[in-house]
Amino acid sequence: MTDFLHIKNIRKTFPGVVALDDVSFSVARAEIHTLLGENGAGKSTLMNVLTGLYHPDRGEISIAGERVHFTSPRDSLAYGIGMVHQHFMLVPAHSVFENILLALENVPNFFNRKKYQEKIQNLIDEFDLDLDLDTPVWKLSIGAQQWIELIKLLMRDCQLLILDEPTAVLTPQEADRLFAVLRRLKEQGKSIIFISHKMREVMEISDRVTILKKGCSLETLNRGDFDESRLASLMIGQDKIPQWQKTLQMSDQVVLDIQGLSVRNERGLSDLDNFNLSLKKGEILGIAGVAGNGQKALAEVLTGLKNTNQGRIMAGDKDITNSNARYSYIAGIAHIPEDRKTIGIAPDMSIDDNLIMKSFKSGLFRNWIFQNKRAIRRNAAEKIAQFAIKTGPDGTPVRYLSGGNIQKVIIARELSEHPAVLVALYPTRGLDIGSAEYVHKVIADGAHRGMSTILIAEDLDELLKLSDRIAVMFRGKLIGYVDPRKTTREEIGLMMSGETPGATT
Amino acid sequence: MLEILLDATVRAGTPILFATLGAIINERAGIINLGIEGLMLIGALAGFSGTYLSGSLLVGVLAAFCATFAAGSIHAFITVQLRGNQIVSGLALTMFGIGITALFGKEMVGQTIVGFKRLAIPGFSQIPIIGRAFFNQDLLIYFSFLLVFLIWFFFYRTRWGLGVRSVGENPAAADTCGFSVSKYRFLAVSTGSGLVGIGGAYLSLASTPMWIENMSAGRGWIAVALVIFAGWSSPKAMLGAYLFGGITAMQLRFQAMGTTVSAHILQMLPYFFTILVLVISTLRLQKGASQQPEGLGLPYDREDRK
Repeated sequence: MTDFLHIKNIRKTFPGVVALDDVSFSVARAEIHTLLGENGAGKSTLMNVLTGLYHPDRGEISIAGERVHFTSPRDSLAYGIGMVHQHFMLVPAHSVFENILLALENVPNFFNRKKYQEKIQNLIDEFDLDLDLDTPVWKLSIGAQQWIELIKLLMRDCQLLILDEPTAVLTPQEADRLFAVLRRLKEQGKSIIFISHKMREVMEISDRVTILKKGCSLETLNRGDFDESRLASLMIGQDKIPQWQKTLQMSDQVVLDIQGLSVRNERGLSDLDNFNLSLKKGEILGIAGVAGNGQKALAEVLTGLKNTNQGRIMAGDKDITNSNARYSYIAGIAHIPEDRKTIGIAPDMSIDDNLIMKSFKSGLFRNWIFQNKRAIRRNAAEKIAQFAIKTGPDGTPVRYLSGGNIQKVIIARELSEHPAVLVALYPTRGLDIGSAEYVHKVIADGAHRGMSTILIAEDLDELLKLSDRIAVMFRGKLIGYVDPRKTTREEIGLMMSGETPGATT
Repeated sequence: MLEILLDATVRAGTPILFATLGAIINERAGIINLGIEGLMLIGALAGFSGTYLSGSLLVGVLAAFCATFAAGSIHAFITVQLRGNQIVSGLALTMFGIGITALFGKEMVGQTIVGFKRLAIPGFSQIPIIGRAFFNQDLLIYFSFLLVFLIWFFFYRTRWGLGVRSVGENPAAADTCGFSVSKYRFLAVSTGSGLVGIGGAYLSLASTPMWIENMSAGRGWIAVALVIFAGWSSPKAMLGAYLFGGITAMQLRFQAMGTTVSAHILQMLPYFFTILVLVISTLRLQKGASQQPEGLGLPYDREDRK
């Protein structure tokens, strides 16, 4: 094996944060090399250094033995390095053709449209993909958008392909298809850096694995030298993992019943289309589905951020679809939003203030029209201790906390009033394993107390572990329910791509 | 009657058309330019002085283009290179344009030049009704027709145009494809500003061949609003500019006919219409027909962590 890429002692800091401390590893030709690490370990930063988006503070990058310095993505592209970013680098308003053309080199200013359309179509046919060149990208599913990103790199004949958590937006079947393509590219002699934290995939596809932890490369293991438990223990290290137990609490009492709900988005498309769902008391109801199939709209309707176009939402026997009753009900719904920094918290305010955002009007935290600073502080101290939030000195703006601790602040605030219903969107996304387990524990404990949870997540393993029932969504519709103790990943995967199941619970 | 009105429409609409096209190029690249009004004035004065000093209309137009290209580069430097606030920088540019043209324009007040003359295109100019309006005009108007097509062609049929649109929609995507976001944005702002300058020069070289202080009289602001009305498309900009030209021509006509309505009310019409157009196009935007470049108004910082 000859090394295509060699990285030595890379360091990259941002104001106040060391994102990469000391990273070294190498990638051979015709190799699929996995970078494994918890969120915040520096995987994405490292890849942005490799693609020329970030300048490292120090360290060396060599390609095919030659020392290189990248000052822009242009440079790294010139050396044949291309990346499928986690947040796609596509222009949604432009057509598939225009997006791919943008990525091509040496296109003359007055290009021959036909010739390039043919060229691109040939590659699409070669990989047997279903893409129409004239469709605007925003109309496509996220899975299809990812194929466009891959085609952009293949059209440029990139020698090193970097894929940052590519399977997060795919059904298990689509992921298998992607792996088949990756193996084929490997046979053609291309190098691939694969980033993931899903052990199953890492085991399946990697030739070698490099483990990143807290900005350092720990170890590189060859195929055969690693198994799931070894990788997990290396990745997590000494971190303590909270223990929790799931018990079956579910009663038959329906707390929330959604019937025929339709919601259109600003582009006039249906986010939810005749959607039905029922939530029982004390239940953890998992929602499975590929991102972008209406999960966000569902959460927004339930938490009052969006209005409905059609359908009914019943809480017990009360209709709360669009009445005043809705708002008092919504006030009692806890919400862990998807985008924690923009809608979960007020980033520039302190923990103390963030924690009372839902209850600042209550007599506990005020004297007439003035804030009761002492009570607010006491409340914060209690919550910080109870949820083990790691924070700076008093009054530190929440934005300086790590993702896991910000999430704890949100959860502490949302659960402080013992809500009957919790709507959690991707509550563990971006968290290290310890914090993620903590979130699971809080949700499971809530179920013990009779709280019902709608858990929207992209990781099937997480859903299977935590849920009492799993509802599968596709294009804004409920495809069906499955029992997590009886179902298989394949069954859920098929339902995630719209196939109606034979058996439902 | 209709023939004359249509002719007046095109002549009144042309300076707004140039300004709107220039603004579209700015905004397609993602940069809001509220300096259009100031740029028109700079273009008008530079165009007039150039012609007055050299005796050549071509030199005047070139001077207008170069002067506003340079002035636009200030806005580009602040918003692209320094990633400054586009609204504040644009407003400052307008103030700067009004002030500097008042200062350096003093000597040009009252001077005269020979402006652009009509040039009939044989045959076509005899077509009833539209012949006079579209085929018996001056060279700058013919140039504006060509420009509408050229800009459309540039955006949709050339790689550079694709680059400009991409840096306006999603600069990170263009960047990772190897396009220099700052180069594309800078040149789009400067060149677009240059076209705005030609719109200004039309006022002082063709409409009324003389220099009058503050002669753009709010046309730059109308252009800013028209960009939204036109949905960032050059053919629709032509429609919009002539719509405003038509209203201006009509209110002049009413005044000449001696209606009882106050002249002030009539002169208000184009501006009143601007507000109306903004309301309508904004409502349309909300209904999901948005053509607005997604990256409009947002500075691009490669190392920004989201």
